[in-house]
Amino acid sequence: MLDWLWVIPALPFAGYIVLALAGARLSRAIVASVGVGSVGLSTAVALVAGFSFINSPPSNHVYSQTLWTWISVGNFTPRIAFYLDSLSLVMTLVITFVSFLIHLYSSEFMIDDAGYSRFFAYMNLFVGSMLTLVLADNLLLLYLGWEGVGLCSYLLIGFWYQDPANGRAARKAFIVTRVGDTAFAIGLFLLFTHLGTLQIQEVMQRAAQQWTLNSPLAIAAAALLLGGAVGKSAQLPLQTWLPDAMAGPTPVSALIHAATMVTAGVYLIARAHVLFSLAPPVQSAVAVIGAATLLIAGFSALSQHDIKRVLAYSTISQIGYMFLALGVGAWSAAIFHLMTHAFFKALLFLAAGVVILAMHEEHDMYKMGGLRRRLPLTFWTFLIGAASLSALPLVTAGFYSKDLILWSAWSSPSGSTWLWIAGLVGALLTSLYTFRMVFLTFFGEAKHEVNYTPGNGIRVPLIVLACLSLVGGIVELPRTLGGQPWFSEFMGSVFPALHYVQGHAHAELVLQIVAAVVSLSGIYLAYLFFLRRRVSADGVGQSMLGAALDRFWFGGWGFDWLYNKLFVTPYIWLARTNKDDFIDSIYDGIAKLNEVFYRALSQTETGKVRWYMTGIALGAIVAIAIVVFL
Amino acid sequence: MPVLPMEQGLILAALLFALGLVGVLVRRNVIFILMSIEIMLNAAGLAFVVAGSRWAQEDGQVMFVFILAVAAAEVSVGLALLLQLYRRLQTLDVDAASKMRG
Repeated sequence: MLDWLWVIPALPFAGYIVLALAGARLSRAIVASVGVGSVGLSTAVALVAGFSFINSPPSNHVYSQTLWTWISVGNFTPRIAFYLDSLSLVMTLVITFVSFLIHLYSSEFMIDDAGYSRFFAYMNLFVGSMLTLVLADNLLLLYLGWEGVGLCSYLLIGFWYQDPANGRAARKAFIVTRVGDTAFAIGLFLLFTHLGTLQIQEVMQRAAQQWTLNSPLAIAAAALLLGGAVGKSAQLPLQTWLPDAMAGPTPVSALIHAATMVTAGVYLIARAHVLFSLAPPVQSAVAVIGAATLLIAGFSALSQHDIKRVLAYSTISQIGYMFLALGVGAWSAAIFHLMTHAFFKALLFLAAGVVILAMHEEHDMYKMGGLRRRLPLTFWTFLIGAASLSALPLVTAGFYSKDLILWSAWSSPSGSTWLWIAGLVGALLTSLYTFRMVFLTFFGEAKHEVNYTPGNGIRVPLIVLACLSLVGGIVELPRTLGGQPWFSEFMGSVFPALHYVQGHAHAELVLQIVAAVVSLSGIYLAYLFFLRRRVSADGVGQSMLGAALDRFWFGGWGFDWLYNKLFVTPYIWLARTNKDDFIDSIYDGIAKLNEVFYRALSQTETGKVRWYMTGIALGAIVAIAIVVFL
Repeated sequence: MPVLPMEQGLILAALLFALGLVGVLVRRNVIFILMSIEIMLNAAGLAFVVAGSRWAQEDGQVMFVFILAVAAAEVSVGLALLLQLYRRLQTLDVDAASKMRG
């Protein structure tokens, strides 16, 4: 069954081609069945491939399939080839499954949109590119998928292109991620020049053989790859594009800007973990970036009014957790959190989409309220997603994955207490802003009449994702709760095991209880502030310091302001100054000089015969003098 | 026939030429300019004759006859120009004819 691996990315691409060529002439029902069907079939193939991979594992737990040689120049021969191991299998399953649910949701959610077929064409192209990214066997093909998802992200953020603000948001996302992608490309050049191949497994093998620990080349290569990952995954300092990316339709935010594309950076680092292990300073930088990002984004999420921007900052913050896990060497914990995050964050976005649809494109949470009774299914599923995001102990998937990260940050050889504290404060913030969102949106008095009932296309994805958000954690139970680390064992064929230095089961239990208490107290705080006594939250907001902090956090810690001052304004100034092209002035100067000569010489054209005669006489004298004396 | 000393003849020719040139440059009246050009032509002719006499060659005198012919033609054209100038501008001042000023 594994021979069919190539079909998984090929089907969405085929859907894209059909929709792009004939989409405008097809009826909506056919468009939906092509768009959803191609991804659905792809999901089915991926599931079958997954079962056969687990039941009868190929040798070394690796299956690789070469379709054809892409380019052949000297010893540079990247192939179109797919590589399936447990890491790419998990990524493929998560991507196809979540994509399928979101496509199903979109088929109903976008039904009134004029660009229905265009939407599905872009979405299918995205899924195909994302699958190419995770299945790629060499870094060049990975980069192709990487750029493909970037392009789709741009197209879908600016999907409603009539509004110039959406176009600006799309360009911002594209340009900011481009900064990271350039670093990534330079990293590829470096790897190829020094290791002579881009085939991922060979790169890792040769790096481990040729480069010693802490060698400058390894550090440079890892740092450049980190640059790419930071841009794509919206981490510090390139996180500014993600909140603005919410300009796109809500299913896009759920699929691209929460569940799949933004986690590509995490996948890249996990895929290149050998390289990062060779460069401990870079790996520590990954952890520090993750910790700083999760705090900064957590505070920002706390003061947003737009429900989608809260979720966007929350996504940045959760990817910060994944980076933290990668940075302390807990590779499989990062992928585990990536998976559970894909479930609950997609769920939250989809439920928020229903809320926004029911409120007639109203995004401001302060204008919502009391939706609990009007949208019961949406409320319950959103609540499950929120609980999972807040890592509500024992019953949610988010608890297991986040707890594993916190435990790794504490006990891994490269972890530290500070990273753990940052993660813990982040957990408090997470449950605080999440339940702020829940209370503001669904509780309190109703401010608008809502008469909207979602159909099956919306209900089914919500319910399935809600189930996964609850039970997705059973694949990795910590030893304090029975100890069934299936997921880590499954990942063991890809990642080296993490040896905990402070590894007492006793300590783990204590830390788990601390994390659980922190999560619950965040929820309780949100309850105090936003449900029982709204006044006190307003009181804090109106004090001098509170208001200043609120503004500061609302603007995302002033990063946009800073980048505007540092890069955008000088660049625009430079462009304006150089509007007439500096190089041109050289040629203009030559022309000007000629004109000066022309004017000077035309002064001698007096029309006076005697002057001409004088000229002739002097000329003759000079000529004769030259002949005679020289 | 006593031979004219060449140095004195050439000095006379140079003086005449210089006089003619100065006349062309400083006079504004077209008639005087034409006359000065005649003097310069004759100075050149004199130089040919002196040189021919020095080397006992007849070429010098042949050249002088050519110069006379050219001078006659030049004067006829010059006088025609002079008449046109006077008819159009009612003056013989060459500086008045400066319409081709750049």
